[in-house]
Amino acid sequence: MDNILKLDRLSKAFGAVKVADELSYEVPRGEALGVIGPNGAGKTSMFHLITGTLSADSGSIMFDGQDVTRTSAARRCCAGVARSFQVPQPFTHMTVFENAMVAATQAAGLRERAAEKLCLDVLEQTELMAKANVAAGALTLLERKRLELTRALCAKPKLLLLDEIAGGLTEAECVSLVDTIREIHRSGVTIIWIEHVVHALLEIVDRLIVIDFGRKIAEGEPHAIMESPEVQEIYLGIEVDA
Amino acid sequence: MEWINALVQGILLGGLYALFAAGLSLIFGVMRLVNIAHGDLIVLAAFLGLTVTTATGMHPLLALIVVVPLMAGLGYALQRGLLNQTLGDDILPPLLVTFGLSVILQNGLLEIYSADPQKLSAGGLETASLPVGGLSLGVLPLLTFAIAVLVIWGLQWTFYHTSLGRSFRAVSDNQDIAQLMGINRRHVFGLAMALALAVTAVAGILLGIRTSFDPSVGGGRLIFGFEAVIIGGLGNLWGTLAGGVILGVAQTIGAKIDPGWQILAGHIVFLLILAVRPNGLFPRIAA
Repeated sequence: MDNILKLDRLSKAFGAVKVADELSYEVPRGEALGVIGPNGAGKTSMFHLITGTLSADSGSIMFDGQDVTRTSAARRCCAGVARSFQVPQPFTHMTVFENAMVAATQAAGLRERAAEKLCLDVLEQTELMAKANVAAGALTLLERKRLELTRALCAKPKLLLLDEIAGGLTEAECVSLVDTIREIHRSGVTIIWIEHVVHALLEIVDRLIVIDFGRKIAEGEPHAIMESPEVQEIYLGIEVDA
Repeated sequence: MEWINALVQGILLGGLYALFAAGLSLIFGVMRLVNIAHGDLIVLAAFLGLTVTTATGMHPLLALIVVVPLMAGLGYALQRGLLNQTLGDDILPPLLVTFGLSVILQNGLLEIYSADPQKLSAGGLETASLPVGGLSLGVLPLLTFAIAVLVIWGLQWTFYHTSLGRSFRAVSDNQDIAQLMGINRRHVFGLAMALALAVTAVAGILLGIRTSFDPSVGGGRLIFGFEAVIIGGLGNLWGTLAGGVILGVAQTIGAKIDPGWQILAGHIVFLLILAVRPNGLFPRIAA
């Protein structure tokens, strides 16, 4: 099978706290994989390990046929790994368009003209065109989340990592964002999506994994996973309305 | 008329101070590095100018063709080879390392060029003047001011209209995210230092034409540069030019009152502004 990403017994600990414990899974090209788990389970740390902002203690990460376990974050980004942050982190003093241009020229390595065209296309897709010349620091939460998505997409990713992008949004905002993500997935981008807003997740993902204490405790078809006893135990009290 | 003359001379002097300050401002803006060796690097550029002009007989302004790329190259190498290693959450290491660099530069220059005051000879340019409305303005100060405006405009344009400038601003805004966007921070810092020292080269040559210099004068230039940056407000290049002008005017007006007060008047105005507006007159407004 053609895997875009393969984690093999990936481990990372901070003192006694294991944020990744022999974590292994594969992501086929074009898949949308959902990741759930309680707070502090190591989901975001897993993204840090995949993007290279944290380095693994042991185990390996294969991306697009290359071993990137020891590759720098900047290189991995240029190779096609892009992420959005749970708490949006735009370049606040730069405009929305300039934020996008940084990704398009640096991460995707495009020339100025080609980058401008890509940015305009992506801004159209993420519905931020009207805000293109606004300083990123002046955006609302939904707009900041859309900017996270815009910037990640302008890096022309092969693998897009979304970290609780639907968190904190109103129902209507969430629906429109899910539509945008569905479109992105249809265009062929592989997605790994960490999300607590499970119903949004279930609209998109093909497969679900559950992480707790840095370990993968379940993996499979989304609805089946949501109904499994392990997940019910973790999410006790959280209704699955999918 | 004499007072107006002092005022105008002060404004023109401010151009030179703005050139001292522009490199400092740029480096602090991009990587939060306070370069204590900045003044000595200005003096180094003046001495390089001296070597080039004496060896080839070139006009000092023409020597810029050699000195600017030399200083830029030195800047890149210095940043990649030494200063990048000192950057982090703690602001103390870069201060200490650039302080050490300052000592090394001063002693190195003393060893090579001796403590004798030197001057770059620019021929007729040094004494040429233009009569403007009853005042007699030196061509050199006018030229210096024009170059300062041009350099600040050029830096501003680079910051806001080029891909490199976008990288500078992205790194300045959020280093970690910039890294994730594929920007090699070390390289971008190297380019910023190269640009800063290219400006420093211009400042050094103009300093060398204007006044005599020796290896010990770097500290004073650093202070003037600092004061111009702080008066103008951190992170604002046009503010830095304004800061240089205010400092220059304070000095020439002070000297008009009493020749001994020139430097002191500049420092007093700086302190007053710092007391009233701790962030400077035109700090970059957060979006």
